[in-house]
Amino acid sequence: MALLSKAAVLLGKELRTEFRSRELLTTTVVFILTIVVLFSFTFDPSVSESRRFGPGLLWLAFLFAASLMLQPCFLREQTNDTLGALRLSVSDPFAIFLAKLAANTLFLLFTQVLLLPVFSILYNVPVLAAFPQLVLVMFMGSLGLSVTGTALSAISAQARMRELLLPLLLLPLLTPVLIASTEATAALLIPNPAMRWDWLGFLLGFDVVFLTALWLFGEYLLEE
Amino acid sequence: MTPASFSPTGIRFENIDKRYGGLYALRRVSLEISAGECVAFAGRNGSGKTTLLRIAARLARPSSGTVNFLSGSQEKLETQPTAGFVAHATMAYDELTAEENLLLFARLQGIAQPAARTETLLREVGLVDRRNSLVRTFSRGMRQRIAIARALLNEPAVVLLDEPTTGLDPQGASWFAQTVRQLRDSGRTILMSLHGESEVSALATRAIRLDAGSVVADTRTGANFRSILAFANA
Repeated sequence: MALLSKAAVLLGKELRTEFRSRELLTTTVVFILTIVVLFSFTFDPSVSESRRFGPGLLWLAFLFAASLMLQPCFLREQTNDTLGALRLSVSDPFAIFLAKLAANTLFLLFTQVLLLPVFSILYNVPVLAAFPQLVLVMFMGSLGLSVTGTALSAISAQARMRELLLPLLLLPLLTPVLIASTEATAALLIPNPAMRWDWLGFLLGFDVVFLTALWLFGEYLLEE
Repeated sequence: MTPASFSPTGIRFENIDKRYGGLYALRRVSLEISAGECVAFAGRNGSGKTTLLRIAARLARPSSGTVNFLSGSQEKLETQPTAGFVAHATMAYDELTAEENLLLFARLQGIAQPAARTETLLREVGLVDRRNSLVRTFSRGMRQRIAIARALLNEPAVVLLDEPTTGLDPQGASWFAQTVRQLRDSGRTILMSLHGESEVSALATRAIRLDAGSVVADTRTGANFRSILAFANA
């Protein structure tokens, strides 16, 4: 309980600082919208093409947005050495990770839900029929992106060439999440949408494995 | 400062090595700091002062050796950090107000009445009128006041000050010296790294010089005392 209550306090801090600075959300939303609008006007896809390529395009946009969002996650804690202050105040560093990955997941999910209607209009793909299922898939996919990305952000923040390191580590590790998320999303955008529980189970497994690894080894990621 | 509610605590460093790759930041450092001592660490940049303080704060782990906090004759094994830490960086969030910053860290440290403790500390550091101002709007001196307040939230028996007066104007440095004097007089153990002689260094009861990660001089009195502190500027 102590862990969860401290994580909740930290999540409150993450949300408050973000809504005051709006650094991450503004960048991410503008980036994703640009990609979706640009592709729509460049290729002018038919409905069937949109259904085939749309899910891949969506998750590619989410991936790049996530890497933009995750980069400053631990980096901005270094400006005033606030990470040091957090480590002095929290006995279990997993609380810090938990708060950061919850915040990243929420920010990512927020941008995704904001993007879905735009995607639906520009690509002429109805999303309302399976909207709750789509949100579930996006939540699981975002959690996968955030868990992995938060851990790697902690590692890369202390390294030289940090701006280069995070995408280099992130992209190959996230390939399984992207495949599973894209497949599950594609199955929900067809005329008779169906939830692909196999891919959702895969995402759940991925999230659990990386969360456990973060819980076990997170302490070492924050060490100097 | 509020009346002390801590038990006097000393620190024992035993054979501390800290390596970054092949580079030694600290080499076989063994020191025993008694409860209530006010120790000034002097030395050139890169001599290992900051590393030693960060190890004492448990922000860094030694490559080998141990650090123990000593309460009376008992060696305490701490799961929670005992020491309050003030660094050159403010360790506060620019996008939060002074009060929000202190409340955040008070809640994380599990302090019983976070709002009351925050209020007390804001008064003590003279920031009660600016409690609702964002830290990013603060001057360097005000930022260090917030840093001191954060470090004292859990009424630590040991206070670690890493070049705390760097960048402060004479008025800010004077306020800081007065605060350190109060902390010292309240019986807290103080370890501070300094650059040269100052109003703050004059409060030290022991001076230790580090060079290339090793202790090269350690004295409590005598002519050598001032020369060690002055050495940092050499």
